[in-house]
Amino acid sequence: MKKDLSLNDGTPTEGTTGSGTLGESLRSQGVSRRSFMKFCATTASMMALPPSMIPLIANALENAMRPSVIWLSFQECTGCTESLTRAHSPTVESLIFESISLDYHHTLQAASGEAAEAAREAAMEENFGNYLLVVDGSIPLDNPGYSTIAGISNLDMLTESAKGAAAIIAVGTCATYGGIPHANPNPTGAVSVKDIIKDKRIINVPGCPPIPVVITGVLAHYLTFGSIPELDHIGRPKAFYGQSIHDRCYRRPFYDKGQFAETFDDEGAKKGWCLFKLGCRGPTTYNACATTKWNNGTSFPIESGHPCLGCSEPDFWDGGGFYKALSMPTEDISKTAVYTVAGAAAAGAVIGALNRGKKSNSDKIHIKTTIDDLRK
Amino acid sequence: MSERIVVDPITRIEGHLRVEAQMEGNQIVSAYSSGTMVRGIEVILKDRDPRDAWAFAQRICGVCTLVHGLASIRSVENALSYPVPKNADLIRNLMAGAQYIHDHVMHFYHLHALDWVDVVSALNADPKATSELAQSLSSYPKSSPGYFADMKKKLKGFVEAGQLGIFAKAYWGHPAYKLPPEANLMAVSHYLEALSWQRDVARLHTIFGGKNPHPNFVVGGVPCAIDLNSDSAINAKKLSQVQDIINQMKVFVEQVYVPDTLAIASFYKDWGSRGEGLGNFLTYGDFPSNGMDDPSGFMIPAGAILNRDLSTIHDVDMNAADEIQEYISHSWYDYKDGKDAGLHPYDGETDLNYTGPKPPYEHLDVEQSYSWMKSPRWKGHAMEVGPLARVLMLYANGHEQTKELVNMTLNTLDIPVEALFSTLGRTAARTLETKLFADAMQGWFDDLIVNVKAGDTRTFNEVLWEPSTWPKKAQGVGFMEAPRGGLAHWIVIEDKTIKNYQAVVPSTWNAGPRDSNGQPGAYEAALEDNHQLHDVNQPIEILRTIHSFDPCIACAVHLSDEDGEEIIKVKVR
Repeated sequence: MKKDLSLNDGTPTEGTTGSGTLGESLRSQGVSRRSFMKFCATTASMMALPPSMIPLIANALENAMRPSVIWLSFQECTGCTESLTRAHSPTVESLIFESISLDYHHTLQAASGEAAEAAREAAMEENFGNYLLVVDGSIPLDNPGYSTIAGISNLDMLTESAKGAAAIIAVGTCATYGGIPHANPNPTGAVSVKDIIKDKRIINVPGCPPIPVVITGVLAHYLTFGSIPELDHIGRPKAFYGQSIHDRCYRRPFYDKGQFAETFDDEGAKKGWCLFKLGCRGPTTYNACATTKWNNGTSFPIESGHPCLGCSEPDFWDGGGFYKALSMPTEDISKTAVYTVAGAAAAGAVIGALNRGKKSNSDKIHIKTTIDDLRK
Repeated sequence: MSERIVVDPITRIEGHLRVEAQMEGNQIVSAYSSGTMVRGIEVILKDRDPRDAWAFAQRICGVCTLVHGLASIRSVENALSYPVPKNADLIRNLMAGAQYIHDHVMHFYHLHALDWVDVVSALNADPKATSELAQSLSSYPKSSPGYFADMKKKLKGFVEAGQLGIFAKAYWGHPAYKLPPEANLMAVSHYLEALSWQRDVARLHTIFGGKNPHPNFVVGGVPCAIDLNSDSAINAKKLSQVQDIINQMKVFVEQVYVPDTLAIASFYKDWGSRGEGLGNFLTYGDFPSNGMDDPSGFMIPAGAILNRDLSTIHDVDMNAADEIQEYISHSWYDYKDGKDAGLHPYDGETDLNYTGPKPPYEHLDVEQSYSWMKSPRWKGHAMEVGPLARVLMLYANGHEQTKELVNMTLNTLDIPVEALFSTLGRTAARTLETKLFADAMQGWFDDLIVNVKAGDTRTFNEVLWEPSTWPKKAQGVGFMEAPRGGLAHWIVIEDKTIKNYQAVVPSTWNAGPRDSNGQPGAYEAALEDNHQLHDVNQPIEILRTIHSFDPCIACAVHLSDEDGEEIIKVKVR
C-alpha cells in the first residue's frame, strides 16, 4: 500500500485503496473532497498543467501512504527551512500533516538527541528505497570535525542516508552549488550534494533561500507524479528556473527604453525604472521571482527597489560587487535609446540582441560578459 | 553513580548544538555546550566591498533573518560616519520589530511549546471544556467547541494513521508534562494557527525588503523608495498593507501569545526556581528615535547588570579594548598569544584548529577544546543576553509599561520576583517584550506617515555611497538588539575593502563554552542550576532550559580574521 517512490517514466504509480491511505486519512481528518480537489488544482496550476490532470493528481495522492521524507541540515543557516514554512500553497502544514511523513527535520521535529537519530534510522529502514531525501546546507570536506551531528560527520551522514533514498532534493544554493560556505576562500572545503552523491537523481532547488512555494511546489510535483520534473543543464526544474528574471521583469520596458535608476531614491527609483546600473543580476539569473514573486505574491527584490543578487546561480557570491553593473554597454544603451516611437522600438530590438549574446555567454561560463563578447 | 549524558542533535533550534551533562545520580553537576558546525563567514568577507558585507553577514542566520544584515550596514555606517535619513531608521525599526514579533511567536509555538505541551494528551480533551478554557483566557474568536472538535478530529486522524512524522519518538506521556488535556489541545491548535499567521505577517519584510527570509538592505538607507504617486514604490496601498500586518500582529500577540504563555506557565511554576545561570545581563541598546549616535533615544537602553543587582547599571563601551573580549581556551581555535588570551573584536585572530575527537565520536574532551563557539566576556564576566536581559534593563530603568507587564505576570502567576531569574522567567520575558514591540510598531508606522505627509520621502543618503569618498582607513561597530540578544559586528575598512570583520552574536554570549578561568557560559550555568532529570534517557528538562534561550547556533559560530593594523578609532558613543 505504500506509494512506490522509486523513479519511473513519469506515470503515477497506482496504489491499492486500503486502510491508512492518504485519501482515508484526509477524510478522517475532516478534509473535504472539495478542499482536497482545490489543493490538487493549485498544484496543477503551479506546475502549468492542464485541468485534465487534476483527477490524476488526486488519484495519485489519495492512494498512497504518506511517503517518508528525511530532511538533513548541514552547513546552513536554516533560511531554507524558514522559507519552507512561508509557503502559502501548498503550505508546510498541509504537506506534513496530509501529504508527507516528515520523519527527520531538526528544526521542526519534537524528538531530540538519541530519539531524533532513532527516528531517522527507523524511517530509513522501514522505507528503504522509497524515501525522499531533502538536504539543505553544504558539506565540508577539509575536516570531518568542521560539521557533525550526533558525533557523525556530514559526509558520513549524507552518504549513509542517500543509500536508501528514491531521490534527493537539494534545497538552497549551499546544498545545490556550495553556496556561501563555498565562497572564496572556502575555509572549510565546502561542497554541494551532487559533488558527493553520484548514483542518485538529484533535483537542485537553488536560491538563498529558494522561493517558499518553489520548495513546496517541487515536492508536490515529485509526490504527485513520482518523477523528476524536467531539469535544466545545472539540475534545476525548468518550471521555476526556465526564464531569466530580466526576461520576466515588469521593469524590463524601462531597460529597453534606457531608463535607469541611478541611486536608491532618485526619480528613477521612485518611478520603478530599471535597476541595471545599480548592479541588478536579473539578466544572468534564472528564477521565478519576477513571476511567482515572494510571500504570497507580495513583492520581490526588484519591486522593492533592490537589485537582484543572483542568488539562484552557482558562485553568485564571487561574481563581483553586488552594486557593480554587469559588464554591458550601459552608456551605449542610454545613447541609442531614442525616445521616438520608431526609435524606441529599434533600440529595444538592438538591446534584445545584446541581451541574447550576453545571456548565452554568462549563463554557460558564469563570468562577466565583456563588450567584446557582445560584439562577436 | 556518575555518567555523562549526551543530547545531540538538540532539535527545535537553529543550527547544530550538542549538550553533554555530567550527572551525579539524577542531578546535573556540570554541563557543556558545543556548537558543532563552522563555515567561516568572516574569513569569506575579507577583501570584499563593505557595501556588499550585509548580504554575506545576513546569511549567518536565516531564522533571525535580517539582524546580521542590519548590524552589518550599521558597522559600515559607523565606520564612515555615514548618516541615514529618518525614514530609513523608521523602516529599519519596523522591519526589526516585525522580526521580533514573528520570531518570538514561532519560537514559542514551534520550537519551545512541545517541551511543555503533550500532543498525544490533547486527544483526550473535551472540545467543549477546551472552548470554555480558551474563552476564559481570551477574546480570540477561534474558540468555539466546534473549532476545537475539528482540531481534535484532525489530530486524531493524524495520530491514528500511524505516521507521526515530526511528532515521532518524542517524550509524550513523560510525567514532566503537567497540562490538562484541554490546555494541550488549545496549545496544539494555536501551534497550527501560528504557522498560518506567521507567513502572513512575514510579508512586512517583503514589502520593504523584497523577500522573506533574507530581505534586502542597503548601506546609507533602505532600498525601497517612497512615492505616493508611483505604482512601483512604497505608496498608499503598500502602507495600508503594512498597517494591516501591524494589526494582525497585535491581535495575535494580545489574544493568543500572551494569554497562552500565562496559562501554560501557571502549570509550571516550579520552573521559576531553576535555570537561572549567571545572574549577569548585558544589552547593547537599540531602536533609535534620533539616529544610532544618540543612545538616549533608544527604546531598549544599553548597559550591564551584575549579580542580579538591578540598582546599578554599568556603562558598556563597545570600542574599549578591555571590555568586550573573546576567549578560545575551550574552542577549536588558536591565538598567537596562546589559548588563554582574550582579544577585543577589532584585534581578533583566526586560526581554525579542530582538536576534537575524530568523528564518529561518543564524547567530547571537555577538559580541552569542545566547541566551534568562542567565549565572549564583558570585563571578564560571563553575561546573559536576550529578552530577559532587556526586560530587566527596562525594568531597572523604570520603564512604566515593562513594570506593569512584569508585575501583572508575577501577580497572575502568584510567583515572587526572584522567579524572573529562571527558565520560566526567560520564556515569560520573551512574551512580554513581544507585547512591547507590538505596541511600538504602531508608533514607528505613525511617525513614518507623519514624515511622508510633510513631504519627507527621503530613504537613502547618497553622499558617501561611492568608495572614492571614503578615508583610506576606518573602523566601526554596528550593534543592535536582535531577538536573541545584543548583537554587534566590528568592521575594519582599508583601501575601500574589508580588512577585518568580526561578529559577536547573542548565542555566542549565551551558548559559548568555558573561558580560561573555567567560568561557564550562560547555557552551561543554567543547566547546572537545580536540574534533576526524571529519566536520563528522556532528558526533557535539558530541552526546557536550553530552549528557554532560543538557541541560534549558526549565528554563534564564527571566525575572526587576521588582526588589523593601527587604524583610526571611531568613537561610537
